[in-house]
Amino acid sequence: MSVPGHLNFYIDPARCIGCQACVQACTECDTHKGISMIHLETVDRAHSTQTIPVVCMHCDSPTCAEVCPADAIKRTPDGVVQSARKPRCIACNNCVLACPFGVPKMKVEFELMMKCDMCYDRSSVGLKPMCASVCPSQALFFGTREEIEAARPQSAPIDRFQFGNQTITTKVKMMGPRSVAGARPEHLDVTAALDPNPPGRSISLGVLNGSR
Amino acid sequence: MSNPPSNLLPILDRFGPHLNRSSPVRLATDAEPDRLVKTHCCFCGQQCGIQLKVKDNVVTGFEPWYDFPFNRGMLCPKGVKRYLQGAHPDRLLTAFKRDTSVPEGFSPMGYQEAIARVATEIGRIQKTYGNSAVGVLSGASLTVEKAYLMGKFARVCLKTPYIDYNGRLCMVSAGAGNKKAFGIDRAANPWSDIPKAELIWISGANVAECAPITTEYVWQARENGARIIVVDPRITPLARTCDLFLPVKPGRDIALFNGVLHLMIEKGWIDRPFIEQFTVGFDKVAEHVASWNPAKTAEVTGIPERLIRQAAEWWGTAKSSFLMHARGIEHHSHGVQNVLGSINMVLASGRIGREGCGYGTITGQANGQGGREHGQKCDQLPGWRDISNPVDRAHIAKIWGIAEPDMPGPGVDCYEMFRKIDNGEIKGLISLCFNPVVSLPDNNFIARALGKLEFYVAIDFFMNETARHADIVLPGSLQEEDEGVVTQIEGKVIKINKAVDCPGDARQDWRIVQDIAAALDRPTGFTFTEPRAIFDELRTASKGGVADYSGITYEKIERQYGVCWPCYSEGPSGKPIDHAGTPRLFEPGSWNVVARGAGPFYFPDGKARFNVAPYTPPAEDTDTEYPLMLTTGRVVSQFLSGTQTRRIGPLVDQYPEPRIEMHPQLAERMGIKDGDWVTAESRRGDCTLQAMVVTTIRPDTIFIPYHWPGRKSANQLTISAQDPISKIPEYKVCAARIRKADGPPDWAGRLEPQQG
Repeated sequence: MSVPGHLNFYIDPARCIGCQACVQACTECDTHKGISMIHLETVDRAHSTQTIPVVCMHCDSPTCAEVCPADAIKRTPDGVVQSARKPRCIACNNCVLACPFGVPKMKVEFELMMKCDMCYDRSSVGLKPMCASVCPSQALFFGTREEIEAARPQSAPIDRFQFGNQTITTKVKMMGPRSVAGARPEHLDVTAALDPNPPGRSISLGVLNGSR
Repeated sequence: MSNPPSNLLPILDRFGPHLNRSSPVRLATDAEPDRLVKTHCCFCGQQCGIQLKVKDNVVTGFEPWYDFPFNRGMLCPKGVKRYLQGAHPDRLLTAFKRDTSVPEGFSPMGYQEAIARVATEIGRIQKTYGNSAVGVLSGASLTVEKAYLMGKFARVCLKTPYIDYNGRLCMVSAGAGNKKAFGIDRAANPWSDIPKAELIWISGANVAECAPITTEYVWQARENGARIIVVDPRITPLARTCDLFLPVKPGRDIALFNGVLHLMIEKGWIDRPFIEQFTVGFDKVAEHVASWNPAKTAEVTGIPERLIRQAAEWWGTAKSSFLMHARGIEHHSHGVQNVLGSINMVLASGRIGREGCGYGTITGQANGQGGREHGQKCDQLPGWRDISNPVDRAHIAKIWGIAEPDMPGPGVDCYEMFRKIDNGEIKGLISLCFNPVVSLPDNNFIARALGKLEFYVAIDFFMNETARHADIVLPGSLQEEDEGVVTQIEGKVIKINKAVDCPGDARQDWRIVQDIAAALDRPTGFTFTEPRAIFDELRTASKGGVADYSGITYEKIERQYGVCWPCYSEGPSGKPIDHAGTPRLFEPGSWNVVARGAGPFYFPDGKARFNVAPYTPPAEDTDTEYPLMLTTGRVVSQFLSGTQTRRIGPLVDQYPEPRIEMHPQLAERMGIKDGDWVTAESRRGDCTLQAMVVTTIRPDTIFIPYHWPGRKSANQLTISAQDPISKIPEYKVCAARIRKADGPPDWAGRLEPQQG
């Protein structure tokens, strides 16, 4: 069994409302029952309600697997990067440190790296992963490219990410604006986006203080 | 005497709230469920479809129900973890009686003995003080069948006028406003109209946390090019990315609606032909809003004038729109006027009754809609009939098999019932699905009043905080242990299906109520053997009323994924018809039981009513002593008074304890840092909680979520001022002040987060 090729996972952080339905539902998946693998990042609660859900991006060339000294991390032919394999994993934490998206979790109680496996028990039989099933804002969407193209005319999927000199392509796609200055964005430059002064902060402050 | 033990710890030890987490049987990944039961979430008014996994008579988890059209598998965290309310260590498995000889205050007793005691006490009180000395409190989380039965039980079995329900804290302002303007009280449109609108106006609704699934509909509208306007004192998660945010001062919503209508009229952004053909009363409203110029509106609402002008332009010039509101504008001493103000804006635009042109209030509880239609309100009879109307009384008396003069008249709202308990008029109380010591405002008064009762019986599945005051507690049923219908946010009647049997001595609530009737030796009319039989009587009772359910059957609900009322069993000429229901109200040319073809609205002339909505400030305005506005509301992982959600471990983990939200300008002035213990005070009470310092709230306003009991309860501070028409309490604004606390409160480190 494998994840059908026409089904894809899309993340749209602009839709996220931080409700944690994904975090709660992640623990209901049979491949890692009781343990949530998803990350829901609160960006800066003092100034914004913004939150960002992060599942494993399932890289085409996974950094976690590349740095694993025990060859414990496998990517199945359908492109899903699986949790570390129990007999091989030596709990060295290399993958946790190396993943550019910060996805793998070291479960010291099991001496095992665990991570989002796209609810492999579900997705490998064509069912939606738990998080994308329940997500009330559909910031997490699992479906066909045709479905998302039709439903979201304002945004477009991106699967290339730039981290300094490293370019990463992923199975999971991030939704961005369909057009920026008249052109369709082709990649996300993650390191360049780490600007210390997000403009949203001053905008919300201005409104609440009643300034004109 | 109905006072709980003064030392809380033994009662908390015995009855909780304790946290339930996944047990081994629920964590097992190899245990195939015996079956999946298609049903709905037990919490909010959206009533998301869900499939419960059942193994060995325990709900062990869920599987998304992708085919149910409203939510298509989506669930909020409460829906995901709802299954943990079953097989819970706190579950009441027997009846309990007050027993001062044990530290936990209650000892178990046999069910039949408990019922007999309840009947004896109610009989004694009614014989001594009269039938009206017993009151009934019920709730809008009950199925329609149970809500109907509770209304009938009060009027026919107890012969008391005093019944009211917790929807009084929820839907009554919207209900009264809708009734005045449209002649019918229901969301006017299916939610599928939201993505078809080019402008979404959300007033006083924290959609992302209180109605999370509605978020997807709003985002879909945005993908289709819609603009979104949010009016709120806080930048809620959904407001974060809206196109226009209007940071309204709590309690000033009507001023904004009047100001926008003023600009619409001034600029000619109104639909004259619609107003002339389909409405009455516009001229008076136009005259009234003439003084609400942008400068005055800005001054009263605290919203910058340019934002008001922008909102009016977008609203005025839109081709299609959907306006929704919730408790944010309804929980006010002028809640009905707020609702009418918003409806005036809708009617003046002419954008209602068409695809993509909608209006609706967002219902709160599971059966927030159906629970307000069939007679558990103090002034109401089934089918949304009026208990003061002779024709309505005669119709229902006939169905109930009683003489019309034997039917009591209108009672009073639930808060007034507590005033009657306090002054000794009501001596005995029966409650089901209501936790007033947490949920009612100024709740120190409620606790004192309960202490004056001669007899109080609470029916619940857990020992909720109010039940601690009871003389007898009867073990009721969870939602998944019974069947019946509820009416969700769109006015769609859907079916709750039974997944598991009641454990121990616990009984389905309607059976308990019938057992009490039998023990009182007044069984006539209370011998139903299944919910379907109650539903059939209700269908007959509702026939010909505005909320006509007569054409709805359990089978039709299943076939259509729900049926929107009114659903007639007979056509205009009296011939039987197979009616699919009414998803969208007020469509041009539509027929209804009141207008009978005269027009689309539910008045004899078929026209909607404009209502002058005058601005009045909140009942308690700020002053130098109490300079801040306190507003209250919900968080996404908790629900209402928390009887269920404060017992579910993962939901408590997500937001363990209430915090006081405040702006850094205010915090800095008071020398408060994020996480500091802060005491908030009003003229009625105080509570000490940790500060949450965020720029997402107005600097003159503080916010406390209300799901917690005891000394953590926001309702120690809130005011019992009520809307004169709807009687809804003013939860959304009162005067308060804060100061940095000397140290943590005495419960810190002693009580678990969910306890109080």
